[in-house]
Amino acid sequence: MNIFTGIDYFKCRCIEAFLQVFLFCRSLQFYGNNRIVHHMSKLGQYILFLGALFKNRESFRTYVKLFFDECILIGINSIILVSIVSVFMGAVSTLQTAYNLINPLIPDNVIGLVVRDLTILELAPTITAIIYAGKVGSSIAGNLGTMRITEQVDALEVMGINSISYLVLPKIAASVFIYPFLVILAGVLAIGGGYLAAKFGGVVSPSDYLFGLKMNFNEFSITFALIKSVVFGFLVASISAFMGYNTKGGALEVGQSSTRAVTISCIAILLSDFLLAQLLLVQ
Amino acid sequence: MIEVRNLYKSFEDKMILEDVSSTFEKGKTSLIIGASGSGKSVMLKNIVGLFKPDKGEVLYDKRDFLKADRDTKTDIRRDIGMLFQGGALFDSFDVEKNVKFPLDVLTDMPEDEKLDRVNAVLKRVSLENTNKRMPSEISGGMQKRVGIARAIVNQSKYLFCDEPNSGLDPQTSIQIDQLLAEITDEYNITTVIVTHDMNSVMEIGEYILFLCDRRKLWEGSNEDIVHSGVKELDDFVFANKMMRRLKNLS
Repeated sequence: MNIFTGIDYFKCRCIEAFLQVFLFCRSLQFYGNNRIVHHMSKLGQYILFLGALFKNRESFRTYVKLFFDECILIGINSIILVSIVSVFMGAVSTLQTAYNLINPLIPDNVIGLVVRDLTILELAPTITAIIYAGKVGSSIAGNLGTMRITEQVDALEVMGINSISYLVLPKIAASVFIYPFLVILAGVLAIGGGYLAAKFGGVVSPSDYLFGLKMNFNEFSITFALIKSVVFGFLVASISAFMGYNTKGGALEVGQSSTRAVTISCIAILLSDFLLAQLLLVQ
Repeated sequence: MIEVRNLYKSFEDKMILEDVSSTFEKGKTSLIIGASGSGKSVMLKNIVGLFKPDKGEVLYDKRDFLKADRDTKTDIRRDIGMLFQGGALFDSFDVEKNVKFPLDVLTDMPEDEKLDRVNAVLKRVSLENTNKRMPSEISGGMQKRVGIARAIVNQSKYLFCDEPNSGLDPQTSIQIDQLLAEITDEYNITTVIVTHDMNSVMEIGEYILFLCDRRKLWEGSNEDIVHSGVKELDDFVFANKMMRRLKNLS
């Protein structure tokens, strides 16, 4: 009797454990499905949002003025931050490359080459894009989010203006246009920062650094960096605008939209960085 | 004239408006009143096209707004002026640019003509010499008046106001109400105001639509409202002790 009781108890425990595992898997699957559906639905909304940019547009003249306003707001106001970050990024890259090149067989001018390729291929377009997402992306999302919760977007709609096209299209166009210039600036300043570090840090002679910069130069690196900059400029502006435009609630939600805009922009930048490298660099 | 016929609106499973019909006459100040959550603002947003009703018709001078093609819809929208609860002025524009905005975007008017019209409407709302001030530099009452100026600058035929008195002191509220009533009369436009302010109801309510629990419960004028005999409306109108005492006296 005791043996049977023991077996029954064991069976019960097994069934219970099985049920628990089954329920846990079901909940995971349910959670997973919900999340997937949620993300897919957001992606669909984002595509529709991009489609709405070109519907029921205002006159070309209206957009030209807005475009230049946005260029100033997005581009010119980012120059100082991008410049500071780039100079230090280049200087630190030089020092750290020198620190790592301890093999006496590797010539010092390699430092210049490494800093150049690192800057053009990755630091100038990608790291600047992360900074750009933090500054410009949060500003776009915050601006549109505030407009949404204070009914300014509704005011445009009531007037018969396509608010998405009117508010977002100039921002995206300005970002796609101005961000490559910021990348060029960042690249030049980072290489300049590297030169300063070489000169004043004493890790490599300026002449070796300059020689390294010119060594084995592949022009496609510049084209690649510019392609990346156009893609990143588009992603940051469009994702941030999407997040800001769809803000619901109050001041708290505007902050959350800005944070989400930066996070998703950064993920999109890194993902597209990988995809572009795979597409354009790998033979 | 604006006609609303059998309007239904729900959000997900929650019904907000159920079979609401009404007619807002030209040259009259019409009020939609009701307690918070009764569906007033939702009704207004359905009429102006910010929400799409589940069912029903909205006719602007016999033109069906919901079934209209894109061009007709745009034409109707360009005849609409709206004053929002918080003013909804564009933060980055000064007063002049805010008022001029509909003219900039919707018309090809020469710049000096636009400025003349802006100055005229700013004068009409008693805001001369505020052209270069930013929305953040002016009071709530002034922001509402700038909102009214922006709503009428394009010679709108229909003026909608969502709680124009919210956040204003009683005296400024009455000034705004009187301004809206005067503009309605002067420009012979159809004005629809959403409010729960009893001072407005008594001051300017030529036609009043009372919404309660998703439905239209009563319609009439400010003269009839005190003798409506509808319990829910009486509870709404005579909500405070003073009003109840006045009712008993009358």
